[in-house]
Amino acid sequence: MLGKLSWSAIPFDQPIPMIASGVVALAILAILAWVVVRGHLPYLWREWITSVDHKRIGVMYTLLAMVMLLRGFADAIMMRLQQSLAFQGQGFLPPEHYNQIFSAHGTIMIFFVAMPFMIGLMNFVVPLQLGVRDVAFPTLNSVGFWLTCTGALLVNISLVVGEFARTGWLPYPPLSELAYSPGVGVDYYLWSLEIAGVGTLVAGINLVTTVLKVRTKGMSYLRMPMFCWTTLATNLLIVAAFPILTATLAMLLLDRYLGFHFFTNEAGGNVMMFMNLIWAWGHPEVYILVLPAFGIFSEVISTFSGKPLFGYRSMVAATMAICILSFMVWLHHFFTMGAGADVNAIFGIATMIIAVPTGVKVFNWLFTMYGGKVRFQTPLLWSIGFMVTFIIGGMTGVLMAVPPVAFVLHNSLFLVAHFHNVIIGGVLFGAFAGYTYWFPKAFGFKLHEGLGRAAFWCWLVGFYVAFMPLYVLGLLGMTRRMQHYDVPQWHPWLIVAACGAGLIFCGIMLQIAQLVVSIRQREKLRDETGDPWDGRSLEWATASPPLAFNFAILPDVSGGDAYWALKYRDTEPSKSDEKPDYEAIEIPRNSATGFVCAFFATLMGFALIWHIWWLVAAGAVGAFATFVVFAWRDHVEDIIPADEVARIDLGNQARRRAVLGAGAAAR
Amino acid sequence: MNILDPQGPIGIAEKTILIDSLAIMLAIVLPTIVAIFAFAFWFRASNAKAFYWPTWEYSGRIELVVWAIPTLTVILLGGVAWIGAHELDPAKAIEGPEEPLRIQAVSLDWKWLFIYPDQKVASINTLTVPAGVPLQFELTSASVMNAFFIPQFGSMIYTMNGMTSRLNLQADTPGTFRGLSAHFSGDGFADMHFDVHVVPSEQFSKWAQDASNADKALDARSYDQIASPSMKSEPAIYRLVDPDLFKSIVTQKLPPTKGMQAGVIGAAPKAGVADAR
Repeated sequence: MLGKLSWSAIPFDQPIPMIASGVVALAILAILAWVVVRGHLPYLWREWITSVDHKRIGVMYTLLAMVMLLRGFADAIMMRLQQSLAFQGQGFLPPEHYNQIFSAHGTIMIFFVAMPFMIGLMNFVVPLQLGVRDVAFPTLNSVGFWLTCTGALLVNISLVVGEFARTGWLPYPPLSELAYSPGVGVDYYLWSLEIAGVGTLVAGINLVTTVLKVRTKGMSYLRMPMFCWTTLATNLLIVAAFPILTATLAMLLLDRYLGFHFFTNEAGGNVMMFMNLIWAWGHPEVYILVLPAFGIFSEVISTFSGKPLFGYRSMVAATMAICILSFMVWLHHFFTMGAGADVNAIFGIATMIIAVPTGVKVFNWLFTMYGGKVRFQTPLLWSIGFMVTFIIGGMTGVLMAVPPVAFVLHNSLFLVAHFHNVIIGGVLFGAFAGYTYWFPKAFGFKLHEGLGRAAFWCWLVGFYVAFMPLYVLGLLGMTRRMQHYDVPQWHPWLIVAACGAGLIFCGIMLQIAQLVVSIRQREKLRDETGDPWDGRSLEWATASPPLAFNFAILPDVSGGDAYWALKYRDTEPSKSDEKPDYEAIEIPRNSATGFVCAFFATLMGFALIWHIWWLVAAGAVGAFATFVVFAWRDHVEDIIPADEVARIDLGNQARRRAVLGAGAAAR
Repeated sequence: MNILDPQGPIGIAEKTILIDSLAIMLAIVLPTIVAIFAFAFWFRASNAKAFYWPTWEYSGRIELVVWAIPTLTVILLGGVAWIGAHELDPAKAIEGPEEPLRIQAVSLDWKWLFIYPDQKVASINTLTVPAGVPLQFELTSASVMNAFFIPQFGSMIYTMNGMTSRLNLQADTPGTFRGLSAHFSGDGFADMHFDVHVVPSEQFSKWAQDASNADKALDARSYDQIASPSMKSEPAIYRLVDPDLFKSIVTQKLPPTKGMQAGVIGAAPKAGVADAR
């Protein structure tokens, strides 16, 4: 009836997961109780859970990423503590537990923090920047989000029911094969990523289509903001790379469930096939994460320097070059697996070539500041912190692209320091810059500046204190994933690294405080203009938060930096007195399809992990039926009548004029 | 274990390449970092002395320079990578007057088995090698992947079941150094390290002579015992009964180890482990 599932699946004898999951469960129950008692449930269901509005979905993606960041960071701090304590001893985590923690940390941070953070920001911003009312496929967008949630949920269920993979964040066979990992851990990993991977793929298809086909009048490719370009490149990579991941993991699933031999030791299985396939996805994945961040920095540096982006066309060329080159370098992840000298050398050089467009980007940001009026607000602080940190991370990356250097530093803590250097310094700083920058657009009030600065400094200093020692440890011959060690030279550096993790913890606490304080002081931090940073692209042309239909009248674009041109060269609509012709607007209807489909996918994934076959069938039928019901819908869109649009828009413009007028009078 | 304190020609060459490549890049990276701070500080909004060019967005000359600088750096570094990858290819034999010493290494759960086929000696988690003599490694795994790495000697290489990898190293000075597995392989991974004793040639011959008469013999039965999963194995010396043992492992004549199903060592069976299939 319940397959392999029994009471023994719950680790009652292990205090750490039990207490952790108990606290999380209590918090979730408390929030649910509060929502139900205060009567917020219908509102949440109507306005958020079933919403197909790209802005709402973007906010929910970002929220998911931030919640999962807390979980991933809890793993990180346990790892740093373990390694600072486990000198000539066992520390506080036995291997079977420690191995789950570093596997979960990597999986969560890549798939359920970095990915949803970036997809969330792209979802929220791109249609606004393109001057349109929605993404290409609104309901599919909702499905993608909820399937990502299913993946995140399954990973977290593994904390309480069963175990997570103990193989590292990429399940290299044969260790991940049934013979060497007979438990359910690898199955949790595989099914959660198979399901979340489908979600990511549909998000990618949706955003590619949006940028290619859904742009406002006059928004030609070379007038798009840089963030739209990096979104296009990233999502092209998602569409090309994620099917490889899904197929590779599916082969491993066939090995584990049906006795196939793709990657086993026996019967002609070949582990090198897995290495090549997983990194054919894995290296583009790095750029899937960092390209949107590059876009965010381009927007932020240009806005806060009060200047257009320097070398826009160069930046477009560099972005697309990175997009293509990222598929040609995967082998540098295994120089030490004995490919010949020619192969190693060619992939090493190909890897270095990516540094050229990346270097061009850094120089272009530098010259964007040149001749500007640079305002040091939180988003710009993150950007400057990024530029300096990312150059160092890029340099150590190119260093390891030299095969003889990789021969001594592969898999060492030097490597760990390198990729945290680019992922924290690049992707996460970018996510935080974008979060601070676009928060007022999403909610109509700014985030608290002082707490934001404090959080930035804790993160920046914490990052250097936590990861510079790891570079040293790599040079001292320490490899990653050591549960304990007895080399005395390593110990002091690991203690310093743990202190760095403590500083980052302070940064995260300050970010939580910033959010709470900002919500409480929202009236003081309110922005009525819709343009709090003196922005340049079209998202600042509409109200904050934007209306459900984004723009009452779709903007007509006549050049780059479209909103800047409207503000300073042409007449801005809010300043002119003539009343525009409003038309009725169709907006897509809310749909529970995504949520219901993900509910069934969760049941199916859980049942597959525990071999509960009847529930697998029920989940599959339910998910399919959800789609059939959606396909047979006859009420597709709601119409907002023209006078309603006029009423909303004129009200907004009056408020805006009042603020701008007051500002002008004060001057 | 410091790779910046190498003990043989391979390690020394790799350290040189590491430092040279870093220096080439720092020549670009340091000025760029300085420029970031300088531009951001000078063009701060409150600096009335700085000029403001609100529409400046293109300069062909600067574009040329910003594409040229990284390109030239990469051309230079690409040359280093090409030559280095060929000169230091792990499979390339080290030239010298001395006859190389053949060593075969097998990674097991969770220990290293070393075989000296010509000396008829085998050992667990300990390696003794002569100073100044090229070491010719052939490596494989009887279980999951691992990477064989002696940081102060230079290059590491992966071990994989059913495949042979090749590695050439050399140690020049007598002493004791640490080797380890550089690829995570499961619960006993952290203890997969071993001491490497580098001794003068004459002393090595004597050691090999003694070891080939060791009490313990490595035959089919004792191999079975060694190959079953165990953590924190003590170093041991065996006399080698079957000189083709390595070949039998690579060709899977001796099948790969059964892994966790053979019994979970060290860890209490967890949910889903005990009752799987």
